[in-house]
Amino acid sequence: MRLSSFLSHSLMGFIMKRFIHFGVLIFITFALSSCGYNSLQLKEEMVFKSWADIESTLQRRADLIPNLVATVKGYAQHEQETLQKVIEARAKATSVQLSPADLSNPAAMQQLQAAQGELSSALSRLMLVVERYPDLKANQNFLDLQNQLEGTENRINVARQRYNEAVELFNGSIRKLPESLTNKFLLHLEKKQYFKADEAAKVVPKVTF
Amino acid sequence: MRSNFTEKRFYRLLFALALVFLAALPVSALEVPPLKGRINDYAGILAPATARQLEDVLKNFETAESTQIIVLTIPSLEGTSLEDFSLRVVEAWKPGQSKLDNGALLLIAKNDRKIRIEVGYGLEGELTDLVSGRIIRDIITPRFKEGNFDQGVIDGIFTIIATVKGEFTATSSTNRRQNNNGDPGGMFIFLLIIFSMLGKMLHSIPWVAAGIGAILAPALGAITLGLGGLGLLALAILGFIFGLLAARMAGATGGSFSSRYGGGFGGFSGGSSGGFSGGGGSFGGGGASGGW
Repeated sequence: MRLSSFLSHSLMGFIMKRFIHFGVLIFITFALSSCGYNSLQLKEEMVFKSWADIESTLQRRADLIPNLVATVKGYAQHEQETLQKVIEARAKATSVQLSPADLSNPAAMQQLQAAQGELSSALSRLMLVVERYPDLKANQNFLDLQNQLEGTENRINVARQRYNEAVELFNGSIRKLPESLTNKFLLHLEKKQYFKADEAAKVVPKVTF
Repeated sequence: MRSNFTEKRFYRLLFALALVFLAALPVSALEVPPLKGRINDYAGILAPATARQLEDVLKNFETAESTQIIVLTIPSLEGTSLEDFSLRVVEAWKPGQSKLDNGALLLIAKNDRKIRIEVGYGLEGELTDLVSGRIIRDIITPRFKEGNFDQGVIDGIFTIIATVKGEFTATSSTNRRQNNNGDPGGMFIFLLIIFSMLGKMLHSIPWVAAGIGAILAPALGAITLGLGGLGLLALAILGFIFGLLAARMAGATGGSFSSRYGGGFGGFSGGSSGGFSGGGGSFGGGGASGGW
């Protein structure tokens, strides 16, 4: 009788001890995962990854332009000025690149947006001008290039949207408790800049005939 | 008495306002229609025989190569941009297998006279913007101009199939459901096993088991599924109940909870496949637009 009660006591003690150790372990993992130490870094990675997508679509557009210019040149000799503007805007746009750290820098982002916006408007001016050349518009090569350019512009839009969503998520969470405290004392991650659609590119350029 | 009356009126007004808001919400953008199958002819431009034939062709193609091609026709875009709508459709339907991203959508807006081919990441190498543009311009549009929608869609689909044929094989699709991280079914079974073990250990003190369950369930939920807020609360309650149950069951019979109930729960993780659905492919805006 006494032996059995002693046994059950020590067994209980053993189980309780285990239980407390276990609880402490769980508590630590739980506390670390809920303060956002990991999730904040994951969200920042998402911002970097979606920025890389934007860069590759912008590069894709830049790569298309020499071909486009060469094709248009063959049909539209009178549009030297428009073509020249496209070439210059391309050169300028490809010279502005952002490193991941620059994503937190408003001035750098502004500069890139301006350069890319200029290229967008130079391109849309060119596409308007070619309306005057029916032979060019019937050219298979030109039609293909037009499709590729449109597809690329669409990809840029999609990539921009997704980047901005990632930035929104990240910027929102470094301002919210408890992630804001984790960030303030441990991670020191900076707010990221949005990639806005350039206002100049939205306005349809006027072409005087 | 009077204040009661005004209060009532206030709530009635609030209710009416809420109704107005709810009614106004869906009209703001053209909604993505429900996915009916591989051919979704909401504009009614295809003969039933054509739709059936294409459905079979696309089904066989998917069985052979796992590539999913979907057709959607709508009467009108209602002022939405073609590219925006198209992307929303593929983001909702997710044609193509996850990770392979081998899906494509042929979208036709009848009254706007617009066509778009939306191409998933995995098919962008073959079905490029250039090729998509040519399919719309040279294959589909001439038929549509004659008013022959059936032939236009048939020719378009067959050309798309010919273009992407051989890119993927069906073997890659057989394990598509397995690499699904954050699988709630597996998580559930895992929890059941843990609870039954706890139940065996602690069958004499069910409340402790319930307490462990209440802590363990949300902790595991947060770590493996990334849940938060209400989800954690729900898991805590579930964990409490199952912990209690497990202890009681084990105490009563000495058997394990999971061996008696695990089989029943295992069924619901694999029971949802029936009709046609997209496999989880991703899109990045590739493809081409055109019109007739």
